[in-house]
Amino acid sequence: MAVLTYRDALNAALREEMQRDDNVFLMGEEVAEYDGAYKVSRGLLKEFGARRVVDTPIAELGFTGIGVGAAMVGLRPVIEMMTMNFALLAIDQIVNTAAKVRYMSGGQIGCPLVIRGPGGAALQLGAQHSQAFESWYANIPGLKVVMPATPADAKGLLKSAIRDDNPVIFIEGEMLYNQKGEVPDGEHLIPLGRADIKRPGNDVTIICHSKTVAPAMNAAKSLADEGVDAEVVDLRTIRPLDQDAILASVAKTHRVVVAEEGWGFAGVGAQVVDLIQREAFDDLDSPVIRVHQADVPMPYNKHLEKAAKADAAKIVAAVHQACYRG
Amino acid sequence: MATKVVMEALSPTMEEGRLVEWKKNEGDAVAVGDVLAEVETDKAVMELVARAAGTLIKQSVAAGSTVPVAATVAWIGSAGEAVPGGGTAAGGPAAGVDAAAAQPAAPPAPAAATPPTPQQPAPAAVELPAVPPSAPAGRIKASPLARRIAAETGIDLGGVSGSGPEGRIIKRDLDQLATVGPGEPRPPERAPRQRAEGGAAYADVTLTPMRKTIAKRLVQSIGPIPTFYLTAEADMERASDAREALVARDESGKFSFNDFIILAAATALHQHPWVNAWWMEDKVRQWHEVHIGVAVAVDEGLITPVIRNADQKSLREIAAEVRELAGRARERKLKPEEYTGATFSISNLGMFGIDEFTAVINPPEAAILAIGRIEPKPVVVDGEVRVRRRMRITMSCDHRVVDGATGAAFLKTLVEMLEYPLALVW
Repeated sequence: MAVLTYRDALNAALREEMQRDDNVFLMGEEVAEYDGAYKVSRGLLKEFGARRVVDTPIAELGFTGIGVGAAMVGLRPVIEMMTMNFALLAIDQIVNTAAKVRYMSGGQIGCPLVIRGPGGAALQLGAQHSQAFESWYANIPGLKVVMPATPADAKGLLKSAIRDDNPVIFIEGEMLYNQKGEVPDGEHLIPLGRADIKRPGNDVTIICHSKTVAPAMNAAKSLADEGVDAEVVDLRTIRPLDQDAILASVAKTHRVVVAEEGWGFAGVGAQVVDLIQREAFDDLDSPVIRVHQADVPMPYNKHLEKAAKADAAKIVAAVHQACYRG
Repeated sequence: MATKVVMEALSPTMEEGRLVEWKKNEGDAVAVGDVLAEVETDKAVMELVARAAGTLIKQSVAAGSTVPVAATVAWIGSAGEAVPGGGTAAGGPAAGVDAAAAQPAAPPAPAAATPPTPQQPAPAAVELPAVPPSAPAGRIKASPLARRIAAETGIDLGGVSGSGPEGRIIKRDLDQLATVGPGEPRPPERAPRQRAEGGAAYADVTLTPMRKTIAKRLVQSIGPIPTFYLTAEADMERASDAREALVARDESGKFSFNDFIILAAATALHQHPWVNAWWMEDKVRQWHEVHIGVAVAVDEGLITPVIRNADQKSLREIAAEVRELAGRARERKLKPEEYTGATFSISNLGMFGIDEFTAVINPPEAAILAIGRIEPKPVVVDGEVRVRRRMRITMSCDHRVVDGATGAAFLKTLVEMLEYPLALVW
């Protein structure tokens, strides 16, 4: 197994899928000549040429529309958003066309499209560029939402997303691109809709995804020092949600904390809690506690930004609450 | 702005209080002077009243919890207002569980099922070991998981004290109870001499505020062991007849009245755990085993060899053991383990012609019996003066452990057993 960065794992997934299927092409701002704003597409222009690695103007609605149209006629476009904050400009194409076309054509027209790019906050990017929108997309029937947290998951899930016959919103993270990890060599596919137990435990379940996985693992480590054995469940795919994995863990630990990067109101965690209270009511020994961003636009000020974000300390505090400790 | 409600010092000497019952629920409107809760102080059950008006937004401690004076027990604020600091204002499960509340959570020990002040009738009838009779008012707060476990194991949540926020019953509160095993029926009625299942030799009972105060005040008054005395007279006609018949029938059946009193006391103690107990300074140890110390006069003083598990032995065994131990006691040949570890003692000066006397408690035991001589006396029986053989018994009680009524209940059982010896084999 090679140790790769998250960025290079994505690059490998793109390369392998483009080698495998001539219908796969990459399009977006700076993806070709500049090798990608975050260098995810490094070397792809050289290898596959301008026909399959296409630079676009700064016009998200337009190039997303091109991607949707290309998918409708049988290609497998991968549309890169420089950040998912910019995809707001393209949301009509995503929600009204990509997510609807199979339904409205009575199944005649599919849309095997991947829209990918970093989401959520990085460091001091301000209120408009620090937003986690996965709950928006996950709200839409017809879309799949995938959010890998590790290099191995990034590679395995992107390959599966490209091969999926439905539109997939694939959300990465600026703070994740440099993360290193072991990635299985060769054909490495992770099915969409499958959560992963990143750390088994018995006392409490921490459900997380994307950029809350690392804080959850750190929280679990410090909780272990005080004798609390936390299980960390990485959702990996927000929609479809891996209900079986969530319920199995709740049945084991009886206490749950749900962490996410975005805002709490109508967030992904709210959906998870809905599932747990409905399907695992009799397994619960304490109320489910949520950790999420403060209910404010992300502050630019460094200290305020830190205070607003979900982090390991907040997860530990939530676990204490769920376990009636302290 | 929410206002704290604290445990107030409701008596001049109160250092902690047990919140007996909430009189206002969360969400209830509260006016100044409204009774919020009943609190058991070191002296009495008192009312804790509101010092602020608004809505009771949070009960920070569960009913049944004991908390120190000045600790936050609740918050009053405006409806929907959050408690400052969030979470459980008291921080975690309420500290200190009083004896009564702890009892149902204890392993299936008979002592745990017996109310602290036993008032049971004599010999056979033993109350079903069950949860305390007081049914909690209103809905029982229990986690869904705890409810499921209770349903599967047949545990009655009404008798379980919860350690979660606001007294919520959670899984850990049932874990000990559940070790009895799912679906197993409650222990059946048991004969007086049957031991605790699981074989626990004793149960330690946390001191209630009242018992702590009794201990402190009485020690100040009367010395390290605040002793009081209870005297009763037993009619020994039946016992004397039975003894004469046994001895006449077979010389080997010889036993002394003292052996018989040991057996009767051991059997009676089984029903009165507060008398078969040790004062341990911070708690009372109620013994499930009955070990009777028997005072034996020796040349330079006295020593109390111990008849272990006297409640499990026959009269013949007790008689033989007393004779053997007393013999070696006079020869000063007892091993330490043979004269220590008694849970209760008996001293008999009847053979010296003493009518009645008081014995000195052998700490940490909670009581000792002083037995006088058996002598014929005129007594009124069925409206006529008759001559009956009578015996006076005086029990010295450590008031920190045994209250007057408790000691009296034990003596009543003992006298009944002495007067109706068949009760001992019933």
